[in-house]
Amino acid sequence: MTPTPNPGPDFGPGLAEVFGPQQQDGGPELVQLLTPEGERRHHDDFDLDFSAEQLRGFYRDMVLVRRLDTEATALQRHGELGIWAQLLGQEAAQIGCGRALRPQDYVFPTYREHGVAWCKGVDPLDLLGLFRGVDHGRWDPRENNFHLYTIVIGAQALHATGYAMGVQRDGAVGTGDPERDTAVVAHFGDGASSQGDVNEAFIFAASYQAPVVFFCQNNQWAISEPIERQSRIPLYQRALGFGFPGVRVDGNDVLATYAVAQAALQRAREGSGPTLVEAYTYRMGAHTTTDDPTRYRVDDDVEHWKLKDPIARLEVYLRRNGLIDDDFQATLKQEADDLGHRLREGCKALPDPAPSAMFDHVYAEETPELRAQREGYAAYLGSFEEAGR
Amino acid sequence: MTVMSYLGAIGAAQREAMEADERVVIIGEDVEANVYGTTGGSGKSRADKGDFLQMFGSNRIRNTPISEEVIVGAAIGAAMTGLRPIVDLSYSSFLYMAMDQFVNQAAKNRYMFGGQASLPVVFRSAMFYGLNTGAHHSDRPYPMFMNVPGLKIVVPSSPYDAKGLLRTAVDTDDPVLTFEACTLWGSKGEVPEEEYSIPFGQARTVREGTDVTVVAISSAVPEAVAAAEQLAEEGISVEVIDPRTLVPLDTAAIVESVSRTGRLVVADPAHRTCSAAAEISAIVAEEAFGSLLAPIVRVTTPDTQIPFSPALEKQLYPNRSYIGDAVRRVTGERVSVPPTPEGVDDALSTQAPR
Ligand SMILES: Cc1ncc(C[n+]2csc(CCOP(=O)(O)OP(=O)(O)O)c2C)c(N)n1
Repeated sequence: MTPTPNPGPDFGPGLAEVFGPQQQDGGPELVQLLTPEGERRHHDDFDLDFSAEQLRGFYRDMVLVRRLDTEATALQRHGELGIWAQLLGQEAAQIGCGRALRPQDYVFPTYREHGVAWCKGVDPLDLLGLFRGVDHGRWDPRENNFHLYTIVIGAQALHATGYAMGVQRDGAVGTGDPERDTAVVAHFGDGASSQGDVNEAFIFAASYQAPVVFFCQNNQWAISEPIERQSRIPLYQRALGFGFPGVRVDGNDVLATYAVAQAALQRAREGSGPTLVEAYTYRMGAHTTTDDPTRYRVDDDVEHWKLKDPIARLEVYLRRNGLIDDDFQATLKQEADDLGHRLREGCKALPDPAPSAMFDHVYAEETPELRAQREGYAAYLGSFEEAGR
Repeated sequence: MTVMSYLGAIGAAQREAMEADERVVIIGEDVEANVYGTTGGSGKSRADKGDFLQMFGSNRIRNTPISEEVIVGAAIGAAMTGLRPIVDLSYSSFLYMAMDQFVNQAAKNRYMFGGQASLPVVFRSAMFYGLNTGAHHSDRPYPMFMNVPGLKIVVPSSPYDAKGLLRTAVDTDDPVLTFEACTLWGSKGEVPEEEYSIPFGQARTVREGTDVTVVAISSAVPEAVAAAEQLAEEGISVEVIDPRTLVPLDTAAIVESVSRTGRLVVADPAHRTCSAAAEISAIVAEEAFGSLLAPIVRVTTPDTQIPFSPALEKQLYPNRSYIGDAVRRVTGERVSVPPTPEGVDDALSTQAPR
C-alpha cells in the first residue's frame, strides 16, 4: 500500500494567535520592572525600592553564574564533565528567585538551577563534581537548604510538597518570626508542567495550603518541543483551576523576578498556601551539551530573545544611573576570571571515586547478598594486586 | 543485503511498517525532530533525508506533552480503536512513570475485557547503560516486565534482529516492549533490503560450540562472541545463543544446547536478582539437570545503583573478560589472574539529549 501523504489535523493556532501578538513577549499580564532597554517600570502589585547595593549584587551574581555556565560548558566539551545543562538566558529568573530566599527556605531544584545553588551558597565546584560523576552527594542539602538535583522530570514537585507539609507540621509557618517561618520552592520547567506528578503536587499543596512556591521557568522549550505542545493557556493561569494564585513574571528581569518571588515566598511563610510563579524566559543554549537545537528551532527566535538579555538590561540601567563604573566592571571581570580559573583547575583535580563506591548507598543496612557481591568484587580486584599488576 | 547500523535498522523497520499499514502511528517525546535518530532526517534537509513528519504528516507521527503515563495510556486507547501505535519512550528508565498503564492496563486489558480488547501496540525504549548517563538513565528493566503476564519482551542485539523483530512487534496483536541497547546503536551488520520479520520465540545461535553454552542478552551478545573467540585460542569451544525475545523464550533451543555442552553461563546486563539470567538458569536447572557437568554461572550486573562515574560504570556490566572467566570456571580451569576488567572501553558514546 502506498501511503497517501496526509498532512494530519491542524492543532489550532499557536499561543501568539490565541492571546494576541503580545503573548509572544509574555502578554499584558507579565510583571516587569525593568524593560529590555533598561528602563525602570512601576508595577501596582509588585514593586520594591532596590538599594544600589542590591542592584549591583544582582548584576554581579548574574555575571558570575553566566561565567560558571560558560566554564562548565567548555569543560564538558573537553571531556571533563559527562554532561552539562546550561542556564544561559535564565540567569535573572534564577538569581531573582534565589536572592529572595531566606536561609531557612528550602529549595528543590531540577538539573539546571545552578544560579539558585549559587545564591544558596553551594560551591560551584560541587556542581561540577556531580556532572563529572565523582559523587552524587557533594553538598549537604541540610547545610544550604538546597536539595540535590533531580533528573526525572517533575518528581521534585511532589517532594517539595511533602517537605512543605512537614514544615507545616513542625509549626514553622505563620508564627510571625522571620527567622522561623519557612517556605519551600519547587523548581520545574514548562515541559514538566505536563507531568502528572506536577499537577498532583498542585492538588496536594492546595488541599493542605502547604507553604510551597511552584517556580516554573518557562524557557519555551522542552528539548525539541515548544511550549505550545505543553499548554494552550499561559501556564500561570493553570493555578486558578487548582485553587491558588498564579503570576507571570518577566524571567529575564531580575528585579521583577525578585519582587514576585519574594511576595510568593512571604505568602507561603505566612501560611496562606501555594503560589505558582511562571518566570517567562528563554533557553538560549542547547537543552544540554548533548543536544543540537538547530535540528528543531530557528535562529530568528534566538535573535529576538538576545535583545532581552537579562544581564545587558541591568547593565544599561546601572550605567545610566551611575551605579557602576569602569572600576566596578574591572573588579568584577577579575572576579569572574578567578572563578573560571578555580573551576577549571578544581574540576580537573577532582579524583575518581574508589572502585568499591559503586556498592555504597544502596541500603541503609546493607543486605548480606549485596555484601557478598561487594566482597567478591574486592577479591577480584585484589587478585590484580597479588599478580603484581 | 545492505549494511546498516542498529539504530538505522530500527528506523528502517519503522518506516516500512508505516508504509505498509496506515494504522501504524508513532507517538512520543521529541519524535518529530528525530532527536533520537529513528524517525528520519533532521533540520533543513528533512524532506530529502526521509523525515517522517514530512513523509507521513502529523496524523501519523506526533510529539506528545511530557507525560509518560498519558503517552502509554493513550496508546493503549488508540490500539483498542484499531490503530497500531509505536510508542517511543526514549529512556527505558522512564517506563516507570507509566507503570500502572503497563501492568494494570496494557498487560491485563485483553483478560479484563473477556478477550474483547486487542492491544497491538509497541513500546520502544532505549537503555543508555554503559554511556555514563547516571542512575536515572541507565536501567535495563526488561526482567521486571518479564514478570508481568500479557507483555511480550524483545531484546535485539544486532541490526538484523532489531529490524526483523520490530516488524513482528508491530504486526503482533499483543502489547510488546522492545528494549534497545544504546551501546549497540552504532554497530553495523548485514540487513536484507526487502521487508522481513523474525518470529518471536526463536533464539539465534550466534556461534556454534561444544564445551560451554553461553546464553547472552542484548549488549552481552557481542561481548560473549568476543570472549568465545579468545577462548577458542585456549582450546575451549563456546556456543553463543541469543534468545532475542525473552517473552516468549526459546526454551527448547537453550535446553538442547546445554544438553550437548553440559555447561551453562548466562550473560545478562540486568541486575542480578530476578534477572533474565535467573529465569534462564532456573529453567535449565529444571529441564536439563541431568546434562549439567558443572554449576550454572550467571554473569550479571551487581545489585547496585548505576554510578555516573565513567571509572566505576565501565566495570559493571558483563564484558568479554567476565564472560571468559565464567567459562573458564565452568570448564574447571583455575582462574588465577583474571584479565583486566576493561572490555567495554570501546563503548560508543552517544549524542542523544538527556
Ligand atoms: C520523566 C522523564 N521523562 C523524560 C525525560 C527526558 N527529558 C529530560 S529534560 C526533558 C525536557 C524538560 O523540559 P522542561 O521541563 O521544560 O525543562 P527544561 O529542560 O527546559 O529546563 C525531557 C523530556 C526525563 N528526564 N524524565
